[in-house]
Parts: sequence; C-alpha cells; structure tokens
Amino acid sequence: MIRYILRRLLWVVFLLFAVSLITFVIFYLLPSADPAALRAGRQPNPALVESIRHQLGLDQPWYVQYGRYMKNLVFHFDFGFSYQNGVPVRQLIFSRLPASISLAAGAAVLWLVVGIGVGVIAAVRPRTKLDRASMGLALVGISAPVYWLGLVALYLFSADIGLIPILPGANSYVPLSEDPAAWFTSLIMPWCVLAVSFAAFYSRLLRGNLTEVLSEDYIRTARAKGLSERRVVFRHGLRSAITPIVTIFGLDLGILLGGAILTETVFNIPGIGRLSYASIVRSDLPVIQGTVLLGAFFIVFANLLVDIFYAFLDPRVRYQ
Amino acid sequence: MSALLTVNDLKVSFNTDDGVVRAVDGISYSVEPGATLGIVGESGSGKTVGTMTIMGLTRAANTEISGQAIFDGEDLLRASEQQMRAIRGDEIAMIFQDPLASLHPFFTIGAQLVEAIRVHNDVSKAAARTRSAELLTMVGLSDPKQRLSSYPHQFSGGMRQRVMIAMALANEPRLLIADEPTTALDVTVQAQILELIAELQAQSGTAMIIITHDLGVVAEVADEIAVMYAGRIVEQGSATELFSSPQHPYTRALLDSIPRLDRDRSRALEPIAGRPPSLISPPSGCAFHPRCPLAFGRCPDELPALEPTAPGSQHLVACLLSSESRSAER
Repeated sequence: MIRYILRRLLWVVFLLFAVSLITFVIFYLLPSADPAALRAGRQPNPALVESIRHQLGLDQPWYVQYGRYMKNLVFHFDFGFSYQNGVPVRQLIFSRLPASISLAAGAAVLWLVVGIGVGVIAAVRPRTKLDRASMGLALVGISAPVYWLGLVALYLFSADIGLIPILPGANSYVPLSEDPAAWFTSLIMPWCVLAVSFAAFYSRLLRGNLTEVLSEDYIRTARAKGLSERRVVFRHGLRSAITPIVTIFGLDLGILLGGAILTETVFNIPGIGRLSYASIVRSDLPVIQGTVLLGAFFIVFANLLVDIFYAFLDPRVRYQ
Repeated sequence: MSALLTVNDLKVSFNTDDGVVRAVDGISYSVEPGATLGIVGESGSGKTVGTMTIMGLTRAANTEISGQAIFDGEDLLRASEQQMRAIRGDEIAMIFQDPLASLHPFFTIGAQLVEAIRVHNDVSKAAARTRSAELLTMVGLSDPKQRLSSYPHQFSGGMRQRVMIAMALANEPRLLIADEPTTALDVTVQAQILELIAELQAQSGTAMIIITHDLGVVAEVADEIAVMYAGRIVEQGSATELFSSPQHPYTRALLDSIPRLDRDRSRALEPIAGRPPSLISPPSGCAFHPRCPLAFGRCPDELPALEPTAPGSQHLVACLLSSESRSAER
C-alpha cells in the first residue's frame, strides 16, 4: 500500500511538471501576450519595451525562462509576479482560494445529500410515480446550464432584483473570517445553483447502481438472513452502490476547487474561477500559469485520494 | 408425525411486460421434521421461485401468490413482512447456488456471520464472533479466528460454500432450503459439500429442501423427491421408489440423460429433445407433451392430475398414460 501511494505520488509530481511545461509553452508562443509591452504602458518607445524585456528575462530562450520559473516555484513556492495587479501571483491565488473552497465545499455537501437521498428513494421504489418524477426532474437538472439557473435564481430570490426577495443576490459574498452568518446566507443561492446539476447526475447514477446492486445474489442472502429492508438497502446495498460515486465525487470536487468559473461569474464571487477568467482576458501570463497549475494540482491530487480511498472501500482492490 | 412444512396448491405468477409468467402453477408437498425433500427440475421449472415464495422473498407489486404454506401451524404466505423477517435466517435458512455472488464482497466473513447471528439473538459482538469461529470449525474450516477477518474473494469456491452453510446453520434453523448448493462447485468439491450438509443435517435434526437439476445430488441426500416441470409437480415419491420405478416420461428422460455406472457403457445417453417450455404460454394439456416420446391423442387437450400410481400408494404421477402402457413402452 505504501509503495503504491509513493508510486502514485511520483506520478503526481510528473503530471504537474508536464502541465506546467505545456501551459508555459502555449502561452509563451501566443502572439497576443508580450508582457513587456503590457508592462510598458501606452505608446511606449521601443527602447523602453526592450529594457523591460531584458529586465524580466523575456529576451532569453523559453526553456531558460521556464527553468527559472520552475526554480522559483519549487524552491521558493513563488508563482511569479502579476505586473498587471502589482502583486505576487501566490498572494493573488491565496486571497481568492477561500471563496472557491467555500463555494465548492458547500455545494458538494448539498449535492451529496440530495443526490444520494433522491437516488436511494428512486431505487427502492422503482417504476413508481415518485421514481419517475424525481428522475425526470434530475434530467432537467442535468440539462439546465448553470449560468442560466444562476440568473433565474437571482431573478426569483435575490434581495435586489428578485420576485421573492429573500436571499442576498450577486456581489454579496463576504469571507467566512469576517462574518460567518453573512458568508452563509450569501452563499446559499450559489451553493444551490452549483449543486443542482451534480445532485441530479449523482441521483441518476446512484439509482442505476443501487437498482443493479439490489438484484445481486448477496442482497438476496441479506434478506434471507432476516435483515430489515432498511438494513439491506443502506448497509448492504448502498455500500456497494456508493463506491463508483466516490470516484466521480473526488474528481468533481477537484475540478471545482480549481475554480467554478460560471457560478463565480454569475454571482460575482471573487474566487479562483473569476481570477483565471480575468487573467485570460488580460493575458496576465503568470496568473494564468498559476491558476492552471493550481487546478491541475487539485484534480491530480483528488484523483490520488480517490484511488487510495477506493482501496479502503473495496477489499478486492486492496489485496491485488 | 406432523409435517414441519405443508405446501398446498401454491401458485406464483409474475405480471411482466411480455405477459403473465406462471412460474409455479399449483404445487403441493410436505416436509417432515428432520427429513429431506429433493425438488428436481430444469431451469425455469419453478423450483426456485416456489421456495423463494415460501420465504417471502418474491413479494412484489407484480407478483400474484395463492395457496398455503403452513410452517409450524402458520401460513407463511399470509404472514406479515415483520413475522417473515423473524422466521428468515432463524427458523428457515437458505443456501444459494453461487457462493461468491451470495456473499457480500465488501464485508469480512466474520462481519457477515456476526450479523446473521445478531439479527436473531441479543448477544454481544464478541460472543457472536466466538460463535462464528465455532461455526467455521463446524463446517470444516481450519484456523477460524483468522478466517473471520478474511474477505470472500480470498476463499476458494468450496470454502465459500462452507461459509454459506455456516451462516445458514448459525441460528439452528428447523428447515434448511438449499438451492442448487453444489452447482457452482468443482465436482470433487460437490461431493464434500453434500457430505457436509448431510452430516450437519443428521447432527442437528434440521429438515431440508434441496433444489437441484442434478438427480445425482438428490439420490445422495433426499428421502423424498418431487420432479417439477413447467411450474407443476409431475412425479413425487420416496427416493427409492422414484429411482427404482420412475413413472413419468420426463423423470425417465432425466434418468436416461445422466451417465450411470450400473449400466452398459456402450449405451448412449439420451438427451431430452426440444426446449423447456415457455411459462407465459405453456403448451396446452400436459406441458411435457411436445417433448414426450409417448405422447398420444389426449395429451395436448387434457391436463393430467397428480394421482397415486396405485390405490393407496405414496408414489404420485401426473400422466394420462396408464401405468401398464407406460411400463410396456420401456
């Protein structure tokens, strides 16, 4: 097990290097992005641009620049400097991270509870009206784009423009450290909107898995033992049906921690998603590089955690 | 001696999208305490559905069940789900065909045994674990303490079936239903498992219903045999009678289709022609007539009743031919 984890960790490091290299090269080759020109201000004279270029090391070949970037990253945990914002990228990312984590974690709790709950109910009452209604609704939930849902939610419930103004609307995000209550209420709508499609997808997936598992022979054994139906479903059935869910949950959460661009934009939440969007629009290369790396880190790391966790869930994997 | 389980005219049908499946179409039998009934038939003859229904495991919105299954004076078909739960695994236990699929892959053997014990007995986990280890010893597994922490996939097929047997006998049931207990096992292991079941049954005095398609299996363990075809019992009698003078053409065909040591080696095995009948639209009259070598004019029209082969005999057969003409054809 330890060897397995170590091997996977090495793989993580390799992947992150590969991602950093690819993004670096892509953005280096992009014609629109000359940091020196952006830095020099309006109508710069070529001499100034050239001196800035030299000062930033941009006149050196790309692999030298990449090497320097990686050296700073690995040894000083330095993601570079955003000349457009005038702050180090690391500081920028860490100031935005709490918002993204708040959004993703809250939504994850919500969609797990709703998705698993609905999935189980639909699976134990197959072909009933309740099953059909919830699965139909789930299909709508999967299909509805999150930016549309977000706008509809704002139009219906937000305090400023809503028909039923009961929740703080866009632009109301308050950090948890400043005011926990306001943090919570400001995130209710974004959580719900972000969670809808995930909850819908999870419930359909779980319904399918659980229906299949409940027809397994070992479920018949559990019933033949005289266990209550609740114990059969929740202990024996759900235990098997939930394992595939764990896999996608890890990946989904990893992706969202790297920034939920659409939801953050609709509700104007200052998270990683908005940061990366803004940095792409302004060709702010160090920030782009930093957010891409962060996103890749979350995804790869979530993947690793899922695989390790999976071994604990499924003994058949553990002993191989 | 009064019977432990008496099944009267049990009928089970499922409403499916393709039509009504008459899986069990009026079967009756009884099991004495400590005795063994063998139910024999090919796939789809209704042998499993019948016993699953007695256990209350086929209850569903699309299932129609009628008849009686009197166990210990109580009709199991009309018992509440709660009453059935108290009976399942305690009074009546089951062993299934495929022990790998029948054990939960994510729980240790110990956890599954302990659970089986604790559903019906108010004992501590530690006590249940001790009892589980005893049960594993009883079914012939060495090193039981260590085995309790193992998972099913770490066991061989025969060992898994031993675990299933241990689990079924955990609460000393009065009736054990063994549904094809050896089918998924290697031939050498089959004999060991059958021997183990017979031995434990003799020790505990448990009655047993053994369901199989393999006449060799029932020959070894059953006192009484019921042969099923298309949801009905076509022949029923003591094991000795049934093997010495099989009456129904289907029973004979079954016997002729298995190799036997006491017959001439050059004699070819006779397969049963045709396919098992559809249970949605079974053949008219006697369901076996399309495949029966002795079928005659009345067979497609009349449904034969299950009647004694001779007045007062316990050997029953459902065939329109007289016993003389059946014997004459042999």
